[in-house]
Amino acid sequence: MSRLDIQKTYKLYIGGKFPRTESGRYFTINDSKGNLLANMCLASRKDFRNAVVIARNAQNSWASASALNKGQILYRIAEMLEGRKEQFISELIAQGETAANAKTEVHEAIDRLVYYAGWSDKYQQFFSAVNPVSSSHFNFSGVEPVGVVAIIAPENQPLLGLISVVAPAIVGGNTVIVLASETKPLTAISFAEVLNSSDVPGGVVNILTGKKAELAGQMASHMDVNSIIYCGTDEKLMKSISESASLNVKRTIFYKKHDWTNELCESPYLIEKTQEVKTTWHPTEI
Amino acid sequence: MIPNLNNLPVYDTTGVNERIARFCSRSIKSSSKVEGLKLALSMIDLTTLEGKDTTRKVQQLCYKAMHPHDTLKNIPTVAAVCVYPAFVKEAKKALHGSDIQVASVATAFPSGQSSLEVKLLDTKFAVDQGADEIDMVISRGEFLAGNYQYVFDEIAAVKEACGKAHLKVILETGELDTLDNVRKASEIAIYAGADFIKTSTGKIQPAATLPVTYVMLNAIKDYYLKTGKMIGMKPAGGISTSKIALQYLVMLNEVLGEKWMNKNYFRFGASSLTNDILMQLVKSETGIYQSINYFSKD
Repeated sequence: MSRLDIQKTYKLYIGGKFPRTESGRYFTINDSKGNLLANMCLASRKDFRNAVVIARNAQNSWASASALNKGQILYRIAEMLEGRKEQFISELIAQGETAANAKTEVHEAIDRLVYYAGWSDKYQQFFSAVNPVSSSHFNFSGVEPVGVVAIIAPENQPLLGLISVVAPAIVGGNTVIVLASETKPLTAISFAEVLNSSDVPGGVVNILTGKKAELAGQMASHMDVNSIIYCGTDEKLMKSISESASLNVKRTIFYKKHDWTNELCESPYLIEKTQEVKTTWHPTEI
Repeated sequence: MIPNLNNLPVYDTTGVNERIARFCSRSIKSSSKVEGLKLALSMIDLTTLEGKDTTRKVQQLCYKAMHPHDTLKNIPTVAAVCVYPAFVKEAKKALHGSDIQVASVATAFPSGQSSLEVKLLDTKFAVDQGADEIDMVISRGEFLAGNYQYVFDEIAAVKEACGKAHLKVILETGELDTLDNVRKASEIAIYAGADFIKTSTGKIQPAATLPVTYVMLNAIKDYYLKTGKMIGMKPAGGISTSKIALQYLVMLNEVLGEKWMNKNYFRFGASSLTNDILMQLVKSETGIYQSINYFSKD
């Protein structure tokens, strides 16, 4: 007797849970031949707002987790992804990748997580300094996470691209809300399942699927978001993001053209992008 | 006289929860929502009841009460500031010139575990210091032991000690276990002379909940139908978001109606609710989601 197909319901990932969008809406995505691949949740601005509240609440405790612990958790994500790589390869192929590219992308994605796991207890030394000052102060600078980061993930290389921007942000103690690739969102939600089984505390990574046109404005203007990362080439959108981000002087980070397999895409300087430098003046003699 | 407590309605928890679920699913137009939020703001008893309170903290709270958010036009001030008796004088001074009331907790708040004599002195002290409203706690131990007359007499004695000050009676529903007990305690408080009945001290979990408030509103309604006298209601503790505040207002409107929809008959005992309402009001004016970092702490 033949079995019935078990279709997967792709939902959002907010606060360590998989809720449907509060709006009840969906959009469809097709494979390269134009056949229906899946129905995705069409996240609303309210979903984003809820995710910000959760990301904000999760940020302090995530930032204060020890560097060792954060590194272990990133490594754990890599382990979990390794165990499920066949699934990710086949999802990438379904979304139009060639078999060879899909395999490379998944392998690179796993290696990238391991790479940033290693930086967890090292980038602080890299970006901190004792500064020479002419007064009688001991003057030193260290880095701290900016806080809550909104991310518009790249359209292409939807798994590797997403991990390449998320990993440096979270290893630095930020919490993130990611809008997945609009045309290829499957792997982002499957990746959420990996996160969910990797000891990543709920709310540290939140993943939405939906439309940039609808959400980018709120992501850029929300006063409780401290930084926004946009991966793409839409100059008009970058301009409007910059304008809205000025409301609370959000840090804007744009990655325009990218082949995310490029080795320049893994660097401690990408961690620094979502870090804030704090300088302390400590009196030494009176 | 203590009312007959044997013929009170009996509450079925499942039924009450069903009814509450309906209140929570009402859709409210954005323009009504803004009005609702302003109404809720005007009903807040801005509260600080901590051992670490200082006069500066109370002054800051009073300033917040008078100036919730100065860049927002056309918003009301809160209804009252609620403090310990030791800070009533300071609060009164800081609020001078405004119509914001000073409420003080009394009667060995929050446990109420002291003699009647001490409780009356506590109340008189707060009133002498200038408190407009007294929030007393009932003796839950005596109530649960079935000593209803004791509870009734105590409330009546405190009411007398209040003089002109309004009396709010805290039932501390988190310790009363059942909705039927809540109804019983409400009856005792109302007949003993309460101007308001209040759910909780905020020091015990669970604090205010919609089901408990629903039962208390029903007691108020039955008393009104019987005597024509209006008693006020104050849910307190755990109401921290605009969404929940609006659900309370929906319930208030549907159970008691428009006559109760003002600060003379309904209050929220809260502190963080204020900023959440302000954030929603700024959002509705600007379209931009807000951050708590840009609102004054109280």
